[in-house]
Amino acid sequence: MTTIPVPPSQPVTPELARDNYLTYTRGIWSWLFTLDHKRIGVMYLCGVLSMFFVGGIFALLVRTQLLTPEGAVFNDNANYNRAFTLHGAIMVFLVIIPSVPAALGNFVLPIMLGAKDVAFPRLNLFSFWLWMAGAVFFILVLVNVDGGLDTGWTFYTPYSTTDGMAFGGVLWAVIGVFILGFSSIFTGMNFIVTIHRLRPPGMTWFRMPLFLWALYATALIQVLATPVLGITVALLFMERLFGMGFFNPALGGDPVLYQHFFWFYSHPAVYIMILPAMGIISELISVHSHKHIFGYRFIAFSSIAIAVFGFLVWGHHMFTSGQSQLINVIFSAITFSVSIPSAIKVFNWLATLYRGSISLNTPMLYALGFIVIFAIGGLTGLHLGTLATDIHLHDTYFVVAHFHYVMMGSALIAMIGGMHHWWPKMTGRMYNENWGRFGFALVFIGFNVTFFTQFALGSQGMPRRYATYNGMVLTDLYHLYHVISTIGSYILALGFFVTAGYLLHSIFAGKRAPDNPWGGRSLEWQCTSPPPHDNFKEAPTVGDCYDYSVLEWDESQQGYKWREDIERPGNPHVSGKDGHA
Amino acid sequence: MTQVPMEHDHHEAGLHGHDVHDAHHDHPKELGHHWDNLNQQFEAGKLGMWLFLATEILLFGGLFCGYAIWRGNHPDIFAYGSQFLSVKWGAINTCVLLLSSMTMAMGVTMAQRGNKPGLIICLVLTLLGAFGFLGIKYVEYSHKFHEGLLPGIAFYEKPSDSHIWVEIEEQAGDQQETSIATDVAESKEEAELQMARADLPVMPAAEATTNEPAAIGPSGLNQSRVVQEEETYRVFYKEGRIAAQEDQAAMAEYAEHPEEAMRELEKHPLQDPDRPPNAQKFFTIYFLMTGLHGIHVVVGVIVILWLIYLTFRGRFSPHYYTPVDCGGLYWHVVDLIWIFLFPLFYLI
Repeated sequence: MTTIPVPPSQPVTPELARDNYLTYTRGIWSWLFTLDHKRIGVMYLCGVLSMFFVGGIFALLVRTQLLTPEGAVFNDNANYNRAFTLHGAIMVFLVIIPSVPAALGNFVLPIMLGAKDVAFPRLNLFSFWLWMAGAVFFILVLVNVDGGLDTGWTFYTPYSTTDGMAFGGVLWAVIGVFILGFSSIFTGMNFIVTIHRLRPPGMTWFRMPLFLWALYATALIQVLATPVLGITVALLFMERLFGMGFFNPALGGDPVLYQHFFWFYSHPAVYIMILPAMGIISELISVHSHKHIFGYRFIAFSSIAIAVFGFLVWGHHMFTSGQSQLINVIFSAITFSVSIPSAIKVFNWLATLYRGSISLNTPMLYALGFIVIFAIGGLTGLHLGTLATDIHLHDTYFVVAHFHYVMMGSALIAMIGGMHHWWPKMTGRMYNENWGRFGFALVFIGFNVTFFTQFALGSQGMPRRYATYNGMVLTDLYHLYHVISTIGSYILALGFFVTAGYLLHSIFAGKRAPDNPWGGRSLEWQCTSPPPHDNFKEAPTVGDCYDYSVLEWDESQQGYKWREDIERPGNPHVSGKDGHA
Repeated sequence: MTQVPMEHDHHEAGLHGHDVHDAHHDHPKELGHHWDNLNQQFEAGKLGMWLFLATEILLFGGLFCGYAIWRGNHPDIFAYGSQFLSVKWGAINTCVLLLSSMTMAMGVTMAQRGNKPGLIICLVLTLLGAFGFLGIKYVEYSHKFHEGLLPGIAFYEKPSDSHIWVEIEEQAGDQQETSIATDVAESKEEAELQMARADLPVMPAAEATTNEPAAIGPSGLNQSRVVQEEETYRVFYKEGRIAAQEDQAAMAEYAEHPEEAMRELEKHPLQDPDRPPNAQKFFTIYFLMTGLHGIHVVVGVIVILWLIYLTFRGRFSPHYYTPVDCGGLYWHVVDLIWIFLFPLFYLI
């Protein structure tokens, strides 16, 4: 193997700055039709964050409506239904599911692996275009085509199939979901094949960074679960359009069958959201503690275990649907077993932190916040997995709080943490650390004020999805909790605006990022920031990606470099001059 | 593993346009910039194809699952509905598809050997098989459409061009003669006649089934008389009627001349008082599953046409035939799904 050794301490030269993936070619078309996984990842990130903004607006509308028992925003309850439906559908299908795998994963996975690109770059671009097409359908629903969408993000039958009960926007939304599903499937296929076939010399399965294990487990779920969602929404479409009667009892169909089909995908989809988030946290905890990850194999296998268990627990969404008691007990038991691999991860992260040299950088703060929030979200899941308590808590704000702790507080917080972690690599700029910490504080406090209150609200019996709550026995109590929760949501929104502000500022006025600002050992930190177009001129040789003893702080470039007294096994650096013929 | 890495002696640098950067002079033109050699690329392509086929199976899996649940709950509907399918055409179609799968497999071998004329012949034969299948499917579908044997609510509309539909006046006369002696049948015919007098297309009577009390007809039909059937095994005999198990004579006749009893339906399902409730469910799942399969055959036609085009352009060699191999895998899966659909709908 011929390598071109370039000392990592070499300052960012003008040539390197010109030869990165951002400036490799110019013009809008060079982005929209790029086959470069990094650009596709960045485009996904822009799309996902735009949709996050839209979904967030709906969340604020919903929270503001609940400020008063009579409803402070919408004078029509159907509009409230539209608002929470769009909030849920956009956040799940357009934001959280693609956020980590498609946006961050696309950018990071090939570089971390030591590959030049994903296995099928064209398919990757196609899947991005599918995402865009799916988003267009949701925007149609957003502008209330055919009356909009009011079924909740789950499209439960018979709400979604009965004329007069649901608006015609269901049709458009399910087309969107179908298309987005295939976008997700193609991303998953790409990642699986990339990890199987594009590992460079030395990158054995057990040397892969844990983020890659998590993405691999996620990709398995994407490939194996999403087609079932595809056929489910296709059936819903046919039912709605042609009166097929698949889920309509009047024609011999079964609405509960829809719930089974839907959750057979959508429960694994919960793990599509959380598994890559856990992978990010494994990286963040280890890198920012400057300590070898504890229990590497356990974390790796627990990702696979969660992926497998995730397929066997869908029935716990249907404890009150009238399915048999025996099935309920079995699903409840398997649900509890999911907590084992999840806890394995948490304990391994804590053990990694123990006696580590912890840098409280913004990404690390998000990682620590994740552990706290995920612990609460995971443990309250046990209340819902227990049959007896679930009867009381079903369809209350307790459920809302639980899944926001897991999907928003864990999955999205980890995604934002990962974004901060790889931001210098993506943009070549450093953001302001102090603003970053301040933004995190707002997000963390705002989140907990918003949703911890809802645990109390739900346990007192406040049902979810109600537009108003006047005239109830506990209206005064509910009012107090709702006001606190809404104030929390405003703090949370402020935190996100602060974050958006300093991140945008950094693009235009941030300091130039060193190649390795945090002291990471995995391969992406050995490329320049931002990485060159081809990532690696030659496939790099890989060592232990969690062994930080080979790195040392370099004051001159404000980053970490390879220790000069230790020989590098192989140099993945791309020379600035020789980078492109 | 039949492929060997190609020698890196080609200098036709990336004119086929992977991207503007595709200027590695040591790469053969089929090789993407991010691969080390053709073999690695081939293996990755195959793995990707297998994963895609897994998603295809799961896509159909939802429908197979629905089939299993419906059949388990209402075997009578499936026994009744499958009479209206033509085993002859189904069997011919199965043979056509199996033969086309064989020619496709031969095509892959031709590609491996670098036999370009052979590959084109095999692909064209496969294409003919695909068109043959679609043609026969068209014949079957149009027959169902004319008879009004449609999925969902459309089943309950009067057929446009039926051979077995009896006009209302004749039917009223016939029923005097052919009414059968049991109370159950009489009450059903009464409901039938009432609807006939109302000069409406005949809708399903709201009946309790043998298994599921939930099965009732479309809304608006609940006024007709509900008949609680005893637990019976139903057999079909001529005139499309259903005999109860206790009806020894009918059982004996059926046992002696099953083919005659099953010969031909003389009653349109909408005019058959012994039609099981929600008989349209059979046609719903039939059209959904064969329709989705048909869409896959159409996609297969496009894939084969594209392969023929690429073969004419001389894009394949013993070193590079990944598209042929992957297209072949896809075609085999389409075939495989039909292998399950044929017995599930036509035979059992």
